[in-house]
Amino acid sequence: MKMKLHEYQAKQVFAQAGIDVPDSRLATTVDEAVEAAKSIGFPVAIKAQVHVGGRGKAGGIELVETPEDAREAAARIHGMEIKGYQVDCLLVEAAVNFVDELYLGVTMDRGAGRPVAMVSTRGGVDIEEVAENQPASIARERVDPAFGLQAYQARKAVYDAGVDRDVALDVAGVLTSLYKIWDDRDGADAEINPLMLTEDREVVAADAVLNIDDDALFRQPELAEMEEEAAEDELEAQANEYGFDYVRLEGNVGIVGNGAGLVMTTLDLVDYYGGAPANFLDIGGGAKAERVANALDMVFSDENVDSVVFNIFGGITRGDEVATGINEALSGFDRIPKPVTVRLAGTNAAEGMEILNDDLVAVEETLEGVVKRAVADAEEVTL
Amino acid sequence: MSAFVDADTRVVVQGITGGEGQFHTEQMIEYGTNVVAGAVPGKGGQEVAGVPVYDTVARAVREEDADASVVFVPPAFAADALYEALDTPLNLVVAITEGIPTQDMTGVKRRLSETDTSLIGPNCPGVITPGEAKLGILPGNIFSPGKVGLVSRSGTLTYQIVNSMTQRGVGQSTAVGIGGDPIIGTSFVDTLDRFEADTDTEAVVMCGEIGGEDEERAAQHIAESMDTPVVGFIAGRTAPPGKRMGHAGAIVSGGGAGTAASKIDALENAGVTVGDTPAEVVKSVEALL
Repeated sequence: MKMKLHEYQAKQVFAQAGIDVPDSRLATTVDEAVEAAKSIGFPVAIKAQVHVGGRGKAGGIELVETPEDAREAAARIHGMEIKGYQVDCLLVEAAVNFVDELYLGVTMDRGAGRPVAMVSTRGGVDIEEVAENQPASIARERVDPAFGLQAYQARKAVYDAGVDRDVALDVAGVLTSLYKIWDDRDGADAEINPLMLTEDREVVAADAVLNIDDDALFRQPELAEMEEEAAEDELEAQANEYGFDYVRLEGNVGIVGNGAGLVMTTLDLVDYYGGAPANFLDIGGGAKAERVANALDMVFSDENVDSVVFNIFGGITRGDEVATGINEALSGFDRIPKPVTVRLAGTNAAEGMEILNDDLVAVEETLEGVVKRAVADAEEVTL
Repeated sequence: MSAFVDADTRVVVQGITGGEGQFHTEQMIEYGTNVVAGAVPGKGGQEVAGVPVYDTVARAVREEDADASVVFVPPAFAADALYEALDTPLNLVVAITEGIPTQDMTGVKRRLSETDTSLIGPNCPGVITPGEAKLGILPGNIFSPGKVGLVSRSGTLTYQIVNSMTQRGVGQSTAVGIGGDPIIGTSFVDTLDRFEADTDTEAVVMCGEIGGEDEERAAQHIAESMDTPVVGFIAGRTAPPGKRMGHAGAIVSGGGAGTAASKIDALENAGVTVGDTPAEVVKSVEALL
């Protein structure tokens, strides 16, 4: 998992590292945006600050020439929704008069277990499409983590990508800085797309992506402070608060389980037996009663959910604690809001089954059994 | 002979004085694992679960002749513990710790490539040879000795399948959880090689999941260099694309790689029977014996 920085936050980090970025101001209201535009000088770009890609295509970026146009664009973009995220913040930025757009990126090559630095002259467009359709147009250099990206490697990537020779060394310098940022800041991905080349042969980072490895935030206090609870919907925000791995889906069978592989398998089985999973929810290892209650609370509050599978295989997690949590969570209701089917296996499963109040929940012994029953329950509600 | 560990494996537990370290050391000893020492800086001279604790792994190895370690050290200090284990050196290091920073693991993996040590994990349940020894947190009571080698990226999914196997009388030669992190030590391919060479293993169950290309690589390896029959399972058929996989990460893996469909195709093309459900997997492996 990774923490995403906003473009303006990433640009602060990039600028500190000596990468050229356009003059810009942050605005949280339309008036502020117009003022910012005037003080920077037209033309400016007004850019939505949201944690999703494809802002441009979604209408979240507009180039404007006058204060009137700036007001209109800011009013339109501020408050709009892009892929489920509301725009609360605008970056107003001096427009760059460019002649060429490059892509620079540093990420982890998972298969090799090593960082990889990338350069392409096909910047300014969706790089994933480029990677799929013209993989050869992206020059890649694998980095030995014991020694870091060497200067020659940065040059090699830039020349291999076919960057104009008169700016090649400048671009290689930016790639070196980008790698250093990625390395120093525990980056998951660091990208500049596009890196703009101006007529005067200047090299400017017009966009900036910096995602940080969640597991390393403990040693990146400055970046950890930039984290904000931006989730696609209320339930995902709630899951963040409870510390659950949660993904909301389209179906109506709610799923609670432990361990990513087993929860994924439970989703697959719901589908296999003709149902549709409403969510992925992993309560993690060693789940105590309170976490169990929180998890049930979450699936109940999803209005799409018609029935619930609760499947726990105890390794560290103990069946008796899970059962206590289920009883606690359900005893507060006059009427159980959605039928729950439970299956406990592994450590202290027998004790857990004994503790479970079967006035409140149905109990099944097998994984297949618990899934089939919840799918049937959901169908009954739908009919 | 066994694929990774047996009753003679001499184990040092790094982080033995912590809550989890202590609890699971007791569980390992109860199962029959030959835990000979603990290693925790500053805690040398103490005793945990009847086992002497040393300040360094090197001293634990010198005094108690340990040849494998299990690591329960918290994430911020885990890479250091792994470098220490790799430098000692040991035959096998099992890293249970969850949440080690990815860049720390790239360094460890780089160091690992210069040694003859095998690293299992991190973020894994460990390895067990039923009836002999377990290194990690796997619940020993669900396993039974037998002829099937099992390798998986997921702990609880391993338990699910092992439990069904045991209930149907299908025992296991070795079960390994290689861990769900992006950067891990022992891969599917490494484990399959061990199973192929292990005279106690007559069939293999391999449980993969979406993301990365390890399963695809394993499929190719099975086709090219394995005679032992393999039954497969892939979790995540219904997972929506892009939910967990990173942006720039997708560039590295390229197009359709990493999806359940791609992995299932690759395995089936390599002659692996892929089960639609865990129950089917167990039936398929039963039929092979």
